[in-house]
Amino acid sequence: MSDFDIHYVAKLARIELTPEEEQKLGDQLGNILGYVAKLKEVDVTGVEPTAHAFPLVNVVRPDEVTGSLPHDEAMRNAPAKAGGLFVVPKIVE
Amino acid sequence: MLRQLTISELTGRLARRECSARDALRSCLDHLAQVDGQVKAFLSHDAADALAQAEAADRDLAAGVTPAEKPLLGVPIALKDVLCHRGQPLNCSSKILGQFVSPYDATVVERLKAAGAVVFGRLNMDEFAMGSSTENSAFWTTLNPWDTSRIPGGSSGGCAASVAASECFASIGSDTGGSIRQPASLCGIVGVKPTYGLVSRYGLVAFASSLDQIGPFTKDVRDSATILQAIAGHDRRDSTSVPQPVPDYAKALTGDLRGLRIGIVKEFNIGGLDPEVDAAVKLAVKQLETLGAEIVEVSLPHSDYAAATYYIIAPAEASANLARFDGIRYCARVDGRDPAELNSRTRGAGFGAEVKRRVILGTYVLSSGYYDAFYLRAQKVRTLIRNDFLKAFEQVDAIVSPTAPTAAFKVGEKSGDPLQMYLSDIFTISCNLAGICGISVPCGFTKSPKLPIGLQVLGKPFGEETMFRVAHAYEQSTDWHRERSPLA
Repeated sequence: MSDFDIHYVAKLARIELTPEEEQKLGDQLGNILGYVAKLKEVDVTGVEPTAHAFPLVNVVRPDEVTGSLPHDEAMRNAPAKAGGLFVVPKIVE
Repeated sequence: MLRQLTISELTGRLARRECSARDALRSCLDHLAQVDGQVKAFLSHDAADALAQAEAADRDLAAGVTPAEKPLLGVPIALKDVLCHRGQPLNCSSKILGQFVSPYDATVVERLKAAGAVVFGRLNMDEFAMGSSTENSAFWTTLNPWDTSRIPGGSSGGCAASVAASECFASIGSDTGGSIRQPASLCGIVGVKPTYGLVSRYGLVAFASSLDQIGPFTKDVRDSATILQAIAGHDRRDSTSVPQPVPDYAKALTGDLRGLRIGIVKEFNIGGLDPEVDAAVKLAVKQLETLGAEIVEVSLPHSDYAAATYYIIAPAEASANLARFDGIRYCARVDGRDPAELNSRTRGAGFGAEVKRRVILGTYVLSSGYYDAFYLRAQKVRTLIRNDFLKAFEQVDAIVSPTAPTAAFKVGEKSGDPLQMYLSDIFTISCNLAGICGISVPCGFTKSPKLPIGLQVLGKPFGEETMFRVAHAYEQSTDWHRERSPLA
């Protein structure tokens, strides 16, 4: 896979890699992409894609108020919080 | 020994008041304290919480609650570290979740508890269920109770090892490409992957949402049927859960295979199949014939493409599902100057090598310019694979094969080569792609060292009754399931 740019794809995936990781993962993924390329042999003309083995459509529930997690329970695993909100670095200058 | 009983034997004793739920739990916890240093199946367990559940079960038993009302009353059952258990830690054997504590119970946990089970422990696995050996766990590698120089299989390796070591009476895992059946096979026990949509995935940390299913690990087929009965059925909190009634699986365990047609797959005669595994499975097929089944050769022409299809679809779905581990709402955060840098650092530090490989692979096959060539094409081949099975099931009631191409391999033997590791799932992954059901039952041992071999029985979509019937009849006509590992 000559056009597989590990640095670019890792950025898209939001995973910071060390240069050593880039080298190693890049080589391994090259091998894997070489293997999965065998799907090009299959004639898929006119074949519908399968997203789910049992597609259920328009699954809805009654519009009723039910119990939900208390606010502090929902926040309990937050790495940084203040005033009942998640704290993140500044997004807008 | 109490801990070595099956669930049906244990519930019989409990109902006759020959032992208490406390005794049953104690037998597991005492043994766990003795052998888990060697097996390393459990990441942790909350003995006090389990004891409180066992005491509640004893009060129910004293009040005359019957097995018909609570079929798992007093039975200690452990969980893979991928299922939410309220108030308990949850890590998916990853570093990224840090000190995460589950805020709610998964539907399967609710249902197990409603059936009276004593639910405890977090069982080791490959990180985020990605792997076939537990070597991808960020904590440690679980070892096979039959030979502790070998892996127990994966990703639910802790589930299989804990049951094979009699540290619990059963466990609950998840299967995306074989993660229940392969470790069950390698540890000499029974493991079931139900039909997609039969068991609610609510509270299961998602890996590949169109392939994941939850299922039991047990010592025999009847116990698996009992657990599946308790956890199956529609749940409105999982929109892919199928709204149809669950049949009575125990009724299917007739021991009789007359009138059934069972398929063997022409294309499964592959290189890399261990001769002892091949011989054991061929003997099992003969046994099925002796029991009255008619054996028919069927063809699954696209089998050779299943692994390639799986290793596009599963990473693609994983890359989307694992986007939630962003360091904002949970996770062991690594700070950055902006949210994007925070995300990248958190994920770079928190994910292990296999998770990084798959998330990056999945991101690539979904990215602009490659989507059609990889992901869409794989979904089309998936249709062909599913159609192959549906066509085969017009001729036969079930299909049998080896569960895994070899018995348990040595720790480190395949961990350096991800592609080699991927190919150890060759017999199990097409079942998930097709959305059918499958079970692994013990069908023999290699000679030296003595390692378990598993027979896979595949059933039609929602064909669990026939799948159980075939697996049970075979099991009951052999003694393989009575064998216990040296650490049991």
